[in-house]
Amino acid sequence: MRRTADAVVIGGGVTGASVAYNLLKLGMRDVVLCEKATFCNGSTGRCGAGVREQWGSKGNCLLAKASIDMFEQLADELNYPHDLEFKQKGYLMLAHTEKEWAQFQKNVQLQNSLGIKSRLCTPEEAREIVPALNTEGMLGATFNGRDGHANPFHVTRAYLTAAERMGADINYFTEVTGIEVSGGKVKAVVTKKGVIETPIVINAAGPWAKPVAEMVGVKLPLFTQRHQILVTEPVGWLLDPMVMSFSIGIYCQQTPHGSLIMGIGDPHEPKGYDIGHSWEFLRDMSRIITRLLPALKDVRVVRQWSGLYTVTPDAHPILGGVPGIDGYLQAVGFSGHGFMLAPAVGQIIAEMALGKVTFLDVRNLDVGRFERGEYNVEPSVV
Amino acid sequence: MSRTDDDIIVCRCEDVTLGEIRRAIAEGATTMDEIRRITRAGMGPCQGRTCRQLIALELARKTGKPVAEVLPSTIRPPMKAVTMGSLAKIGEEDAE
Repeated sequence: MRRTADAVVIGGGVTGASVAYNLLKLGMRDVVLCEKATFCNGSTGRCGAGVREQWGSKGNCLLAKASIDMFEQLADELNYPHDLEFKQKGYLMLAHTEKEWAQFQKNVQLQNSLGIKSRLCTPEEAREIVPALNTEGMLGATFNGRDGHANPFHVTRAYLTAAERMGADINYFTEVTGIEVSGGKVKAVVTKKGVIETPIVINAAGPWAKPVAEMVGVKLPLFTQRHQILVTEPVGWLLDPMVMSFSIGIYCQQTPHGSLIMGIGDPHEPKGYDIGHSWEFLRDMSRIITRLLPALKDVRVVRQWSGLYTVTPDAHPILGGVPGIDGYLQAVGFSGHGFMLAPAVGQIIAEMALGKVTFLDVRNLDVGRFERGEYNVEPSVV
Repeated sequence: MSRTDDDIIVCRCEDVTLGEIRRAIAEGATTMDEIRRITRAGMGPCQGRTCRQLIALELARKTGKPVAEVLPSTIRPPMKAVTMGSLAKIGEEDAE
């Protein structure tokens, strides 16, 4: 491991990987990444693998749209030997309540105004998109064909291997235990394998972002929460898009591999770091999804696991620096959608680190917004 | 083992060959989980019952560690693949 760097990135998930790659792409020379386990060990490797532009706020819409533009070019840009399993067969968002349907009409209006080509669908139109769907009790849906799926392991590794080829020093099983700050400036990162002198450190530690921020005395308004998920055996074609419902609190998508990945957002889930799994989840998930997609009753579940959402008060990430600590940047609190925003976030954080103007204006996503009371809660989250 | 063994299927569920396992190790994988994430070996219906030992052996051989020191992959439920239709009925008999 190197002992000096131009920047140290903390976290080997997709955000850290994208930040490291973008720093080198923009011309930084000496980039070191420290990960306490191995790639995709936190939230990235446990996520639902969906990518979508259909959000309920301008900030999330723009970050997601820019990211999907980048996902479309990623395999070529990163020159990666494996398939990234990027597919764009859409997201179908189901509305079962009046409140939800009203929100969707607002969302589509906002999305269209930002160049996102989502549209409202009747239940009949939704069935044309997903013939297996039970539309009983459904008021309508929204659909956007540019949304879809990518393999989080391979996307992350594609960034990491590209960064490595460009000269990054990627260190697995290298836990960061401290950050040295003096005179209001970042001086060094302390790891279990030694100290790295650096003027810049980027906190991309996912569920551990809060303890990492505390190393520089920053208190982040974050909490972590378990989300459970399962995958089935691969089967023949069943459905094209991700099927998602906010009022029921579920999502389900068939991957290019043929397996179906699905999960529940349980509002009663306690906060904390528990990533165990429960049989109740298998039962509840199966009950809900076999009502919505009855053909799934004969499909076998092969594996269940869980991961952590790292949630902010408004379900938008916290991006950028903190007044008074020169050289400290953070890309944290993705609230369950870090994977799909990582391409754009990586570029933005790299631009900030190099003192450039960011390609998207994210000044309103700083940590200070919570104290100023200048934030709006994202409505479209499972 | 020679290079001609590369075509041997190690993971029958996901059609992963010994050559693919070796390539993942050559690309830097040092743990069972990393190999699983790169190749899908062990992610299929049998959840690695057959390939787990074979991969651990290959990893031990390539890294020069004893098999016992190779970091195992996480074993996750259900222990056997179960249909969603059966899972949806859990507890129904008790309720009657």
